[in-house]
Amino acid sequence: MSIVAVTVTALLALAGALTLVRIIRGPSILDRAVATDVLLAVIVAAIATEAAYSRDATALPVLVVLAVLGFVSSVSVARFAARKKDAK
Amino acid sequence: MSADGVLDTLAAICLIAGALLSVAAGVALARFPDLLFRMHAAAKPQVLGLLLVLLGCALRLRNGVDITTLVLVGAFQLATAPVAAHMVGRTAYPHHDIRRDLLLTDEFAPHAERIGADRDGAPRPSVPAAAPQER
Repeated sequence: MSIVAVTVTALLALAGALTLVRIIRGPSILDRAVATDVLLAVIVAAIATEAAYSRDATALPVLVVLAVLGFVSSVSVARFAARKKDAK
Repeated sequence: MSADGVLDTLAAICLIAGALLSVAAGVALARFPDLLFRMHAAAKPQVLGLLLVLLGCALRLRNGVDITTLVLVGAFQLATAPVAAHMVGRTAYPHHDIRRDLLLTDEFAPHAERIGADRDGAPRPSVPAAAPQER
Protein backbone atom coordinates (compact mmCIF):
# COMPACT_ATOMS: atom_id res chain seq x y z
CA MET A 1 0.00 0.00 0.00
CA SER A 2 2.91 2.38 0.53
CA ILE A 3 3.90 2.10 -3.14
CA VAL A 4 0.35 3.05 -4.05
CA ALA A 5 0.49 5.99 -1.64
CA VAL A 6 3.75 7.28 -3.14
CA THR A 7 2.40 6.91 -6.68
CA VAL A 8 -0.86 8.68 -5.91
CA THR A 9 0.99 11.45 -4.07
CA ALA A 10 3.31 12.02 -7.01
CA LEU A 11 0.43 12.08 -9.50
CA LEU A 12 -1.63 14.48 -7.38
CA ALA A 13 1.40 16.74 -6.91
CA LEU A 14 1.85 16.83 -10.69
CA ALA A 15 -1.83 17.67 -11.16
CA GLY A 16 -1.62 20.41 -8.54
CA ALA A 17 1.50 21.89 -10.16
CA LEU A 18 -0.17 21.99 -13.59
CA THR A 19 -3.22 23.63 -12.04
CA LEU A 20 -0.99 26.22 -10.35
CA VAL A 21 0.54 26.98 -13.74
CA ARG A 22 -2.94 27.85 -15.01
CA ILE A 23 -3.70 29.92 -11.90
CA ILE A 24 -0.54 31.96 -12.45
CA ARG A 25 -0.84 32.32 -16.23
CA GLY A 26 -4.63 32.46 -16.61
CA PRO A 27 -5.57 35.46 -18.71
CA SER A 28 -8.89 36.19 -17.02
CA ILE A 29 -10.21 35.87 -13.50
CA LEU A 30 -12.62 33.14 -14.61
CA ASP A 31 -9.71 30.96 -15.76
CA ARG A 32 -8.25 31.36 -12.32
CA ALA A 33 -11.61 30.54 -10.69
CA VAL A 34 -11.92 27.31 -12.71
CA ALA A 35 -8.31 26.36 -11.94
CA THR A 36 -8.81 27.10 -8.24
CA ASP A 37 -11.85 24.82 -8.26
CA VAL A 38 -9.74 22.02 -9.76
CA LEU A 39 -6.96 22.67 -7.24
CA LEU A 40 -9.45 22.34 -4.41
CA ALA A 41 -10.68 19.04 -5.87
CA VAL A 42 -7.06 17.82 -6.02
CA ILE A 43 -6.63 18.78 -2.36
CA VAL A 44 -9.82 16.86 -1.47
CA ALA A 45 -8.43 13.84 -3.34
CA ALA A 46 -5.15 14.15 -1.45
CA ILE A 47 -6.88 14.28 1.94
CA ALA A 48 -9.05 11.28 1.00
CA THR A 49 -5.93 9.38 -0.06
CA GLU A 50 -4.29 10.16 3.25
CA ALA A 51 -7.38 8.93 5.10
CA ALA A 52 -7.38 5.74 3.04
CA TYR A 53 -3.66 5.14 3.58
CA SER A 54 -3.69 5.54 7.36
CA ARG A 55 -7.22 4.13 7.84
CA ASP A 56 -7.97 7.23 9.88
CA ALA A 57 -11.33 8.93 9.35
CA THR A 58 -10.51 12.09 11.32
CA ALA A 59 -10.15 14.28 8.24
CA LEU A 60 -13.34 13.19 6.51
CA PRO A 61 -15.58 16.07 7.76
CA VAL A 62 -13.02 18.46 6.27
CA LEU A 63 -13.83 16.95 2.88
CA VAL A 64 -17.50 17.91 3.23
CA VAL A 65 -16.58 21.49 4.08
CA LEU A 66 -14.13 21.72 1.17
CA ALA A 67 -16.66 20.29 -1.30
CA VAL A 68 -19.16 23.00 -0.41
CA LEU A 69 -16.51 25.72 -0.27
CA GLY A 70 -15.33 25.08 -3.82
CA PHE A 71 -18.85 25.57 -5.16
CA VAL A 72 -19.38 28.80 -3.20
CA SER A 73 -16.03 30.26 -4.28
CA SER A 74 -16.54 29.47 -7.95
CA VAL A 75 -20.09 30.84 -8.06
CA SER A 76 -19.24 34.00 -6.13
CA VAL A 77 -16.27 34.77 -8.38
CA ALA A 78 -18.51 34.30 -11.42
CA ARG A 79 -21.12 36.69 -10.00
CA PHE A 80 -18.47 39.22 -9.04
CA ALA A 81 -16.89 39.16 -12.51
CA ALA A 82 -20.29 39.58 -14.19
CA ARG A 83 -21.24 42.57 -12.03
CA LYS A 84 -17.92 44.28 -12.59
CA LYS A 85 -18.22 43.88 -16.35
CA ASP A 86 -21.81 45.14 -16.36
CA ALA A 87 -20.93 48.28 -14.42
CA LYS A 88 -18.26 49.20 -16.94
CA MET B 1 -6.10 -13.94 -1.14
CA SER B 2 -8.45 -12.91 1.64
CA ALA B 3 -11.45 -10.60 1.26
CA ASP B 4 -9.52 -7.78 2.93
CA GLY B 5 -6.70 -8.17 0.44
CA VAL B 6 -9.11 -8.09 -2.50
CA LEU B 7 -10.81 -4.96 -1.18
CA ASP B 8 -7.46 -3.25 -0.56
CA THR B 9 -6.32 -4.06 -4.09
CA LEU B 10 -9.55 -2.65 -5.51
CA ALA B 11 -9.08 0.46 -3.37
CA ALA B 12 -5.52 0.88 -4.66
CA ILE B 13 -6.70 0.57 -8.28
CA CYS B 14 -9.43 3.15 -7.68
CA LEU B 15 -7.00 5.56 -6.00
CA ILE B 16 -4.46 5.34 -8.83
CA ALA B 17 -7.14 5.72 -11.52
CA GLY B 18 -8.53 8.78 -9.75
CA ALA B 19 -5.08 10.33 -9.47
CA LEU B 20 -4.46 9.68 -13.18
CA LEU B 21 -7.72 11.42 -14.05
CA SER B 22 -6.66 14.37 -11.87
CA VAL B 23 -3.41 14.55 -13.83
CA ALA B 24 -5.43 14.50 -17.05
CA ALA B 25 -7.48 17.42 -15.79
CA GLY B 26 -4.30 19.29 -14.83
CA VAL B 27 -2.71 18.72 -18.24
CA ALA B 28 -5.91 19.88 -19.92
CA LEU B 29 -6.04 23.00 -17.76
CA ALA B 30 -2.47 23.86 -18.63
CA ARG B 31 -2.69 23.17 -22.36
CA PHE B 32 -6.24 23.86 -23.58
CA PRO B 33 -6.61 27.11 -25.52
CA ASP B 34 -9.84 28.53 -24.18
CA LEU B 35 -11.95 29.00 -21.07
CA LEU B 36 -14.72 26.74 -22.36
CA PHE B 37 -12.27 23.88 -23.06
CA ARG B 38 -10.74 24.34 -19.62
CA MET B 39 -14.20 24.27 -18.05
CA HIS B 40 -14.78 20.93 -19.76
CA ALA B 41 -11.59 19.59 -18.15
CA ALA B 42 -12.58 20.97 -14.76
CA ALA B 43 -16.14 19.66 -14.88
CA LYS B 44 -15.80 16.11 -16.22
CA PRO B 45 -12.45 14.30 -15.66
CA GLN B 46 -11.85 16.05 -12.38
CA VAL B 47 -15.20 15.03 -10.90
CA LEU B 48 -14.83 11.43 -12.10
CA GLY B 49 -11.31 11.28 -10.65
CA LEU B 50 -12.50 12.64 -7.33
CA LEU B 51 -15.34 10.11 -7.23
CA LEU B 52 -12.89 7.27 -7.91
CA VAL B 53 -10.61 8.47 -5.11
CA LEU B 54 -13.59 8.65 -2.75
CA LEU B 55 -14.62 5.13 -3.81
CA GLY B 56 -11.11 3.90 -3.10
CA CYS B 57 -11.19 5.57 0.31
CA ALA B 58 -14.57 3.97 1.09
CA LEU B 59 -13.29 0.53 0.03
CA ARG B 60 -10.33 0.95 2.33
CA LEU B 61 -12.17 2.32 5.38
CA ARG B 62 -15.14 -0.14 5.21
CA ASN B 63 -17.11 1.63 7.93
CA GLY B 64 -20.73 2.74 7.77
CA VAL B 65 -20.27 6.25 9.15
CA ASP B 66 -17.20 6.97 7.01
CA ILE B 67 -18.87 5.67 3.86
CA THR B 68 -21.86 7.93 4.55
CA THR B 69 -19.55 10.95 4.81
CA LEU B 70 -17.80 10.03 1.58
CA VAL B 71 -21.13 9.57 -0.21
CA LEU B 72 -22.11 13.03 1.02
CA VAL B 73 -18.92 14.53 -0.41
CA GLY B 74 -19.51 12.81 -3.74
CA ALA B 75 -23.14 13.93 -3.86
CA PHE B 76 -22.12 17.54 -3.17
CA GLN B 77 -19.53 17.37 -5.92
CA LEU B 78 -21.98 15.90 -8.42
CA ALA B 79 -24.67 18.45 -7.57
CA THR B 80 -22.50 21.56 -7.52
CA ALA B 81 -20.01 21.03 -10.35
CA PRO B 82 -22.59 21.52 -13.18
CA VAL B 83 -24.03 24.61 -11.50
CA ALA B 84 -20.62 26.21 -11.03
CA ALA B 85 -19.57 25.37 -14.59
CA HIS B 86 -22.84 26.77 -15.95
CA MET B 87 -22.42 30.05 -14.08
CA VAL B 88 -18.79 30.47 -15.12
CA GLY B 89 -19.62 29.76 -18.75
CA ARG B 90 -22.63 32.06 -18.72
CA THR B 91 -20.50 34.85 -17.27
CA ALA B 92 -17.66 34.24 -19.70
CA TYR B 93 -19.73 34.03 -22.88
CA PRO B 94 -20.48 37.66 -23.82
CA HIS B 95 -17.44 39.35 -22.35
CA HIS B 96 -14.33 37.26 -22.48
CA ASP B 97 -12.07 36.07 -25.24
CA ILE B 98 -13.68 32.86 -26.39
CA ARG B 99 -12.19 31.23 -29.46
CA ARG B 100 -15.32 31.32 -31.56
CA ASP B 101 -13.44 29.86 -34.53
CA LEU B 102 -12.96 26.65 -32.52
CA LEU B 103 -16.65 26.23 -31.72
CA LEU B 104 -18.46 23.61 -33.77
CA THR B 105 -21.86 25.09 -33.02
CA ASP B 106 -22.99 28.05 -30.95
CA GLU B 107 -26.60 27.51 -29.93
CA PHE B 108 -26.45 30.32 -27.41
CA ALA B 109 -25.73 33.12 -29.91
CA PRO B 110 -29.40 33.93 -30.82
CA HIS B 111 -30.38 33.91 -27.16
CA ALA B 112 -27.47 36.17 -26.22
CA GLU B 113 -28.46 38.54 -28.99
CA ARG B 114 -32.07 38.65 -27.75
CA ILE B 115 -30.98 39.13 -24.13
CA GLY B 116 -28.63 41.92 -25.14
CA ALA B 117 -31.42 43.58 -27.13
CA ASP B 118 -33.75 43.34 -24.14
CA ARG B 119 -31.18 44.84 -21.84
CA ASP B 120 -29.70 47.62 -23.93
CA GLY B 121 -32.33 48.32 -26.54
CA ALA B 122 -29.82 47.22 -29.17
CA PRO B 123 -27.92 44.00 -29.91
CA ARG B 124 -24.50 43.77 -28.41
CA PRO B 125 -21.77 44.24 -30.96
CA SER B 126 -19.51 41.69 -29.28
CA VAL B 127 -21.89 38.84 -30.10
CA PRO B 128 -21.74 37.72 -33.73
CA ALA B 129 -25.14 37.53 -35.38
CA ALA B 130 -24.44 34.27 -37.22
CA ALA B 131 -27.11 31.61 -36.88
CA PRO B 132 -26.01 28.27 -35.40
CA GLN B 133 -25.06 25.77 -38.05
CA GLU B 134 -26.93 22.53 -38.29
CA ARG B 135 -24.78 19.46 -37.89
